[in-house]
Amino acid sequence: MNSRYQNRIELLQGTLDLLILQTLMWGEQHGYGISQVIRTQSGDVLQVDTGSLYPALHRLEKQRWIKSEWKVTENNQRAKFYQLTAAGRKQLAEERSRWTQMSDAIAAVLKPVRTQ
Amino acid sequence: MSLFDRQQKDSELDDEIQSHLNMAAKDRIQNGQTVRDARNSALKDFGNVALVKEATREVWSGASLEAFWQDLRYGVRMLAKSPGFALIAILTLALGIGANTAIFSVVNGVLLNPLPYPHPEQIVSLFTEMPNFKNGSISYPNFEDWRRMNRSFSAMTVYRSNGFNLTEHGEPERLHGEMISAGFFEILGVNPILGRTFSADEDRLGANPTVMITEGLWKREYGSDPSIIGRRMVLNGVGRTIIGVVPSNFHLHIQNFQRGGPANDVYVPVGEWNEPHFHNNRAAGWGLDGIGRLKPDVTFEQARADMDRVSRDLAAAYPDVNGSKKAYLLPLKDEIVGDMRPVLLVILGAVMFVLLIACVNVANLLLARATVRSREFAVRIALGAGELRIVRQLLTESVLLAVIGGTLGLVLARFGTAAAIAAMPVNMPRAEDIGLDHRVLLFTLLVSVISGVAFGLAPAWKTSRSDVGSTLKESGRTLAGVRSRTQSIFVVVEMALAVVLLIGAGLMVRTLFVLWGLDPGFDPHNVMTFSFSGPASYKDGSPGLIRSSQRQLHDKLASLPGVEAVSFSWGAQPMQGDNDDFFWIVGRPMPPLSQLPMTLDYEVEPDYLKTMQVQLKRGRFFTAADNEHAPRVAVIDESFAEKYFPGEEPMGHFIDFNTDPNDPDKTPNPQIVGVVAHVNQWGLDSDAKSPLHAQTYLPLMQTPDSVLKRGGLAADVYVRTTRTGVPSFEEMRQRLLEANGELVVYSPEPLDEIVAHSIGQKRFAMILLATFAGIALLLASVGIYGVLSYLVGQRTQEIGVRMALGAQRFDVLRLVLGDGARMTFVGLGIGVIAALALTRLISSMLFGIKPTDPLTFFAVALLLCGIALLACYVPAHRAMRVDPTVALRYE
Repeated sequence: MNSRYQNRIELLQGTLDLLILQTLMWGEQHGYGISQVIRTQSGDVLQVDTGSLYPALHRLEKQRWIKSEWKVTENNQRAKFYQLTAAGRKQLAEERSRWTQMSDAIAAVLKPVRTQ
Repeated sequence: MSLFDRQQKDSELDDEIQSHLNMAAKDRIQNGQTVRDARNSALKDFGNVALVKEATREVWSGASLEAFWQDLRYGVRMLAKSPGFALIAILTLALGIGANTAIFSVVNGVLLNPLPYPHPEQIVSLFTEMPNFKNGSISYPNFEDWRRMNRSFSAMTVYRSNGFNLTEHGEPERLHGEMISAGFFEILGVNPILGRTFSADEDRLGANPTVMITEGLWKREYGSDPSIIGRRMVLNGVGRTIIGVVPSNFHLHIQNFQRGGPANDVYVPVGEWNEPHFHNNRAAGWGLDGIGRLKPDVTFEQARADMDRVSRDLAAAYPDVNGSKKAYLLPLKDEIVGDMRPVLLVILGAVMFVLLIACVNVANLLLARATVRSREFAVRIALGAGELRIVRQLLTESVLLAVIGGTLGLVLARFGTAAAIAAMPVNMPRAEDIGLDHRVLLFTLLVSVISGVAFGLAPAWKTSRSDVGSTLKESGRTLAGVRSRTQSIFVVVEMALAVVLLIGAGLMVRTLFVLWGLDPGFDPHNVMTFSFSGPASYKDGSPGLIRSSQRQLHDKLASLPGVEAVSFSWGAQPMQGDNDDFFWIVGRPMPPLSQLPMTLDYEVEPDYLKTMQVQLKRGRFFTAADNEHAPRVAVIDESFAEKYFPGEEPMGHFIDFNTDPNDPDKTPNPQIVGVVAHVNQWGLDSDAKSPLHAQTYLPLMQTPDSVLKRGGLAADVYVRTTRTGVPSFEEMRQRLLEANGELVVYSPEPLDEIVAHSIGQKRFAMILLATFAGIALLLASVGIYGVLSYLVGQRTQEIGVRMALGAQRFDVLRLVLGDGARMTFVGLGIGVIAALALTRLISSMLFGIKPTDPLTFFAVALLLCGIALLACYVPAHRAMRVDPTVALRYE
């Protein structure tokens, strides 16, 4: 039964989408590469679950925010590379601003109350 | 997404994941791991490959198709696990959907499908409208003028049914046919399978006699001989050249006096008919009806206005005969379907009620199962399945049930409909057009899916909303309250629906009792009717010979053992055929011809009253002495007397039938010598509504010579037999043939069947409504039984406590019956209110009672309460026998 994965996707969906789109800002990348980038960039804090990653990639592709192409890597490996589309760039900008707004808001709430 | 695309995407996903694993392994090898370790740890890091694939696949199939198959497989498994439940649910639905499919296929074939002719919407039936009489027949001179003067028809023809004696071809045989004008088959788009149709030249007085035969006759009489065209055929003594064969798939059933006539054998041109007054008497109709085809750009309304203009011009030209006549137009389909439309629509409504009840019953079953399955769903929800997913799963299951039930119902309808219609006491118009076509299949599919969703939705919604935690902990008892309330509402709905159907059926049953109790004015039991027709040589022969032959045939038949009384008859026949005449009472100021009244006329023999058991009211009936040599006499019926002799003695007055100044044959005016009871002419239910009521009897032997010569040796026959030792029709036929071997004796029918037939449509409606009401009552009582049983099961503990605290068995009985009674009464109340609103729709089908007939309502209420009580008794009895100690320990 896949409901376990389904649940996590729902939880992570917004953020994971943002992270994937952001990763692809630096150029095309395959699924393994994306998970590695997110992991190293986050200092090994964020481990992307493949059960979330691949559904997310396919969903983003279905929404035409990214597109894919089979290519050969530097190490001579065949891999499916994903690439941002124009719509994806727009989406990324929107999600970034929403994320910034939200984290600012959360940070503001979490700040110790200033004395008036 | 197609299967091929799917497979491709699947293998691409495999590749993608494989490449992920390869890259991960390569990185690990570069970091110093052995190949084997690298692979293992890469795989371990990746997680469950199958699950990742499945989660991804769900993305591209939009989750729907994949999930649907999964739900479907699961649903099939669940149904297979409880075959008893599945069987009951499927059978209930098959019954409901099957009945709906059957009735809809009838409605579709009869009402919805276009007629099987090219551009059927352009075909119009034509009649002559007279005061109080819409579809009167058309006189031939008027028809010729209509055809000439109209601007809206591309073609117009007339036709009339006629019997023919086929001779010089083996034993003389009676054939049925139509006299038609040229262009008839062209209007209906029928092409002969052999030969050709009539030309305009053949449709004229003095033309060479021709005939078209039907494929059926061609097979039966001529062994499908391909060289039939040009052969000679003797019909009513006239040699005719066969010019064409009409395909057997051509039907034109226009309701003729409530009974579909026999299938046609032959067609002859009507314009060539040499009947003396046919071509020049503008007043006589001769039973001609018309059919026309509108020009492509002309609407029905335009055609009607156009024919109104033609009628006005003709009325101005011939004020004495056409003054109050005009053309009456009716779309052909409306004429064919006739008054079957409201009957079929009411039955379709009733059968939908049955389906609703079936759905409610299955919903109740599903609710009961939902309790059993609530743990299963709680587990699924706890594992992360969304509410929507659960609802979808349950709906898939219920639609699955409905589709299986629908398929089974379709099979039932496919094989049951034709048989059921054939068994029904009704001539269904267009019966040959009834069948399963794409529209019926679509209807069944739609009904199945809609009912699946309808009865699945409530249980699904209830189940998905159940509280997971408590369900898991408390083995599902939390649902009980919600569920029993929903169930009770369902039962109330079922009861209400059943009440409406029962009242509808009850009103029809009452109607039929009223009709059966009606005195038709004659006693149809033990009376056989048939007709005979002699050789054509009698026509234009000596009237004396015709009369003596008639007397001889009469005596032959009357002396047959077992025969009580015999009367030959010409003219109108009660519930079989109409014949009418204009008349006036001698000595009164005569109105214009076009305003003369009409009377039905019956030319009969002295024993007619004895044969038919018609009551003599005043004066006398005919005797053997009222023969061709005696002064002419007449007997009228009571409605004639009331209408034309109000408060006056009719006896002694003379009736004038020589009203047509163009008719050269003047006959002596008969004198009224007696008054008899009114005889029901138009059918048990329609006689009272008919505008033509007055009846006149004339002695057959006094039929004027000119008329007698026209008719030849032929008559309709009524034979009253004794109760025992009844001679068969064959014996009667042989008896007549002994006297005259050239006779054709045909169309035997017991008179009581003819009477029953006159209310066939109402019996048809009654049988169907009663059947559906019965099914509804059965399903509703199963429903209330099921709910009460469930409630008793739920309340076993409560009942145990009550009994332990001193409640008597009677109190328990009252407790349970009280639940049942509440549902029954609420359902009954709603049903009665709904019935008060709905029975108005069938008021046109009722006879002699009001749609709010209190007796019916009361009887239905009583019946429903009785059945409901019975259904409640079993669970109540079980509750009474609860052993408190067992009940308390059980929980």
